[in-house]
Amino acid sequence: MASEPQGGLTEYITHHLQHFKPLRMSPEGFWSVHIDSLTVSLVLGIVFCLWFWAMARKATSGVPGKGQAFVEIILEFVDGQVKDVFHGDRSFLGPLALTVFIWVFLMNAMDLLPVDLLPWITHQFGIGHFRSVPTADLNLTFAMSITVLLLVIFYSFKAKGFGGYTHELFTAPFGAHPALWIPNFLLNIVELLSKPVSLSMRLFGNMYAGELVFMLIAGLFSAGSWWLYGMGVIGYTIWGIFHILIISIQAFIFMVLTIVYISMAHDHH
Amino acid sequence: MEFNATLIGEMIAFAILIWFCVHFIWPHITKAIEERQIKIAEGLDAAERARAELRDADNKVAAEIKQARAQATEIIDRAHQQANQIMDKARADAVVEANRQKAAAQDDIASMAQRAREELRERVGALAVQGASKIVQREIDPSAHKALLDQLAAEI
Repeated sequence: MASEPQGGLTEYITHHLQHFKPLRMSPEGFWSVHIDSLTVSLVLGIVFCLWFWAMARKATSGVPGKGQAFVEIILEFVDGQVKDVFHGDRSFLGPLALTVFIWVFLMNAMDLLPVDLLPWITHQFGIGHFRSVPTADLNLTFAMSITVLLLVIFYSFKAKGFGGYTHELFTAPFGAHPALWIPNFLLNIVELLSKPVSLSMRLFGNMYAGELVFMLIAGLFSAGSWWLYGMGVIGYTIWGIFHILIISIQAFIFMVLTIVYISMAHDHH
Repeated sequence: MEFNATLIGEMIAFAILIWFCVHFIWPHITKAIEERQIKIAEGLDAAERARAELRDADNKVAAEIKQARAQATEIIDRAHQQANQIMDKARADAVVEANRQKAAAQDDIASMAQRAREELRERVGALAVQGASKIVQREIDPSAHKALLDQLAAEI
């Protein structure tokens, strides 16, 4: 409530759901950007890169330190997931899955910060709107899922050849009869497009809902009664603990589906 | 909710993160892990080999001890045999020597008896002469009757 002392719960929540946008550039329309999502996601991406890079640089094949062991456990876990689904060269799919898993997890974990913490800090610098969870921004989830879709298309062409994949688009799953070309193609396009939509909407929905519940509970803090304040504290704790599970599961699901989609692109029908 | 240029920015960011991970993170860590796996496998192999070698050495030592014990027994047996042989030989030698000395002593005794007999014979001759001269009450010339006395002595 620090940023808007007046106004009810609805205003508090709608205020919190505003993205931080540049004022001088076009504030609306396609060419406006969500600076908060970009900043937080980039900072977390850099944290991920520097952390793992620092461990990778001094990685020893002898006795590993605790930090290296932790990083190796994560990497082995991700590699195991990839290995289970995809039987081939994992030198790209492995790091892709690792990046997805850690990055999404870190961004989801921003949900565990107090909902008002980052907005309050930015408010001190005169920024009125700030959303701290990039995965609760459709732009980010769709950016990731569309990138995955592009990779799926790329690997489909790479694994089957241009002719092979085009042929498959028109002849699978119903058959190679010319009358079936259009239905086949339409079905394949729907199947292809449903992948990024389901991938990004699932992550977005979970994180957005989680953020909203946190805001609703946070509204109890200023409800004007000590009893409701206590309920807010308890509710925030319980939801926070439950949310640890959700953010991990969502990061895991996003990673596994990415692996599954790309390994499916290598399969021939 | 609206779509805007954030989408493109995030796609670029995502692509850069993937590229970084592919080139600077994943290969180094997987390499370290794989090298460690090889090292561990080699270590286990070496331990297994060392155990086998130890077992071989133990077996060899046991065999050698057994052989040494057999050899020692054999040597002791031979020593016993040799000792017995030496003792037998010594006993035999002693018996031979004793017999020889006994024979020599018997010879001595025989020759001494012979000598004594001869001496006695001579003495008897002299006693006979003495006796005879006493009987005859006169001196008999020993030289005159030497032939007679010798004959007498030979007859005794």
